[in-house]
Amino acid sequence: MTLQSLQTALALPEIFVAAMASAILILGLFINKDRNDIVCFWLSVFTLIATCVLIISDFATQTAFAFNGLFVDDPMGDLLKVAICLLSATIFIYSRQYNQDRNIFSNEYYVLGLFAVCGMMVMASANHLLTLYLGLELMSLCLYSMIAFFRDDKLAVEAAMKYFVLGALASSILLYGMSLLYGLTGALELAVISSVVSNLGKDNLALALAVVFIVVALAFKIGAVPFHMWIPDVYHGAPTSTTAFISAAPKIAAFALIMRLLVGGLEDLHVQWQQMLIILALLSVAVGNIIAIAQDNLKRMLAYSTISHMGFFLFGILSGSAAGYSASLFYILIYATMSCAAFGLILYLSTKDFESDQLNDLKGLSKRSPWTALLFLILMFSMAGVPPTAGFFAKLSVIQALIDANLAWVAVVAVVLAVIGAYYYLRIIKLIYFDAPQTIPEADAPIAVQSDSKIVLAINVIIIIAILPWIGTLITLCNRVIKQFVY
Amino acid sequence: MTFLQFAFYVFGAALVFAAGMVVTIRNPVKSALFLVLAFFSAACVWITLQAEFLAIVLVLVYVGAVMVLFLFVVMMLDIDLAKLRAGFTRYLPIGGLVAVLLVAEIALVMYGSFDTGEYRAPVAYGVEYSNTEALGAQIYTQYVYAFEIAALILLVAIIAAIALTMRRRPNNKYNNPSAQVRVKRADRLRIVKMDSVLPTAPISVTEPTTESIPEQD
Repeated sequence: MTLQSLQTALALPEIFVAAMASAILILGLFINKDRNDIVCFWLSVFTLIATCVLIISDFATQTAFAFNGLFVDDPMGDLLKVAICLLSATIFIYSRQYNQDRNIFSNEYYVLGLFAVCGMMVMASANHLLTLYLGLELMSLCLYSMIAFFRDDKLAVEAAMKYFVLGALASSILLYGMSLLYGLTGALELAVISSVVSNLGKDNLALALAVVFIVVALAFKIGAVPFHMWIPDVYHGAPTSTTAFISAAPKIAAFALIMRLLVGGLEDLHVQWQQMLIILALLSVAVGNIIAIAQDNLKRMLAYSTISHMGFFLFGILSGSAAGYSASLFYILIYATMSCAAFGLILYLSTKDFESDQLNDLKGLSKRSPWTALLFLILMFSMAGVPPTAGFFAKLSVIQALIDANLAWVAVVAVVLAVIGAYYYLRIIKLIYFDAPQTIPEADAPIAVQSDSKIVLAINVIIIIAILPWIGTLITLCNRVIKQFVY
Repeated sequence: MTFLQFAFYVFGAALVFAAGMVVTIRNPVKSALFLVLAFFSAACVWITLQAEFLAIVLVLVYVGAVMVLFLFVVMMLDIDLAKLRAGFTRYLPIGGLVAVLLVAEIALVMYGSFDTGEYRAPVAYGVEYSNTEALGAQIYTQYVYAFEIAALILLVAIIAAIALTMRRRPNNKYNNPSAQVRVKRADRLRIVKMDSVLPTAPISVTEPTTESIPEQD
């Protein structure tokens, strides 16, 4: 076996990210403390952009395997990887000022961020239970430590601890499911598992047991109800720059994980996991949307909003058709963009000693900063799913898939709950536009953020509306990559 | 029942017993020692499966290094056991119920549909078979990608552990050896030129004043 036969070149983006992360790690130690932030920051952003260029320049048109079938290079993986890199670069740009103000170890923040991106990319192109699991662990380990960066803050340490313990539990459940699967099929490669599963038949009880463990672990990882307990605490307790990071790209990695495992490996057991996903998705949308109403912390509210969005994203998966998966992919891309922008806005409004994460901090924002207020308005409309925004089309495509799968009752419940959810998004707009400004001095401080962050934030929000003329193209792209994956 | 099966059941029983004791016993040192027993029993089970290298590594690494370190940590940290154990009896009924249900369900499914007759038995290798060599060949060829990712995970663990525990204390005092070596005479010694004139008034011997001596630093 030679290096050539491993087809190493297909994994060039992953190798590049890992190598650059290691280089930045070493470089950060030798650079003067004052310039450390800037150098590491720009190098990290450069790495992610260069990775995007690498992937796009060699965008897969066919499915190709590397590393003896541990790695697969297909259009879906490439699309997800581009999204992961772009979103992470955006979050890095938003976080720079916040990290500087709060003395977060910026070198480690960017390095761990890059390693997490590497883990997500490994998941996006995994073709083997081993690579899926290792990618997941690589990502999770980075996230655990990024949450605990405020070592002396009780909430942050508690959040990191909860996430770590529950994440470890979920990982062990996933491993148990995988080991059952391996015992039953005798294979670790997803394509082989898929063919053995179709031979064993969909009524095999032991296979169903393995699926139960796997679905529970996946639900833990994406935070679907009733496995959502960690999400609000983690979103609230973590430094906002880390929360922003967790809220965007890992969701796309979660999509990859679910697609590779449930659809790529276990699609013949669709009947089994569809029932479980219906319960998880409906509960997520209900609990997420209803409990979000009671929150007065913006980060916590967005955490419950995440839970409900994860429910919506599961609707597409559970419909079990290529159209459904493609709707899910479209949904998760749009949602990750919106979530990225939402935390970008919180980071944008926070100053050196003012977190700006309470709902009341937004009161009268339209008078303080009309432009930011407008960005919030667009974003909240999109999250609620109001028609001229991308969020509406995302919800529409998922519900369309549900109806096509003869699950109209699920679609009806989902729409009703989405309407309930619209309340708390609209409440933010009310606070911004119709309430008198607060009189605390920190809230009146001028917004001081570097211009690169300002420009990227504006692009990020405006893209949610400006994408409308090309939304058909994006949906076609999603359809195409999913078709390539399913058949 | 062959001897191999007998050995498997003995070590399997020891493993399950030890694992149960790890989580139920009150004394954390004993709990750690039971974990050692659990690792050892697992290693014995692996030996019956012809995985000698893995078994030895398990004992060397986990029992020899990790658990010893763990025992040190347990003994050095002042852990309040009563507080740690406070919820145990309260959550035992619900936890026990869930555990019993889970075990019963898994047993039911496994007995019902997991027929070992359907699966071919693992190949028994002869004496010339080297487990170490086979493992190495697999890891560095077939699974080299997974091996590299595992290496990255270890790297991340090191970075995370250092980032989360290293503190720069502003009050710490420490020597800077290179500055000490590079020190010049001028840094430490100042020669003050003074006119050699007699004092106009004699200084009283009984009352020496400290103020008159110029402070040199």
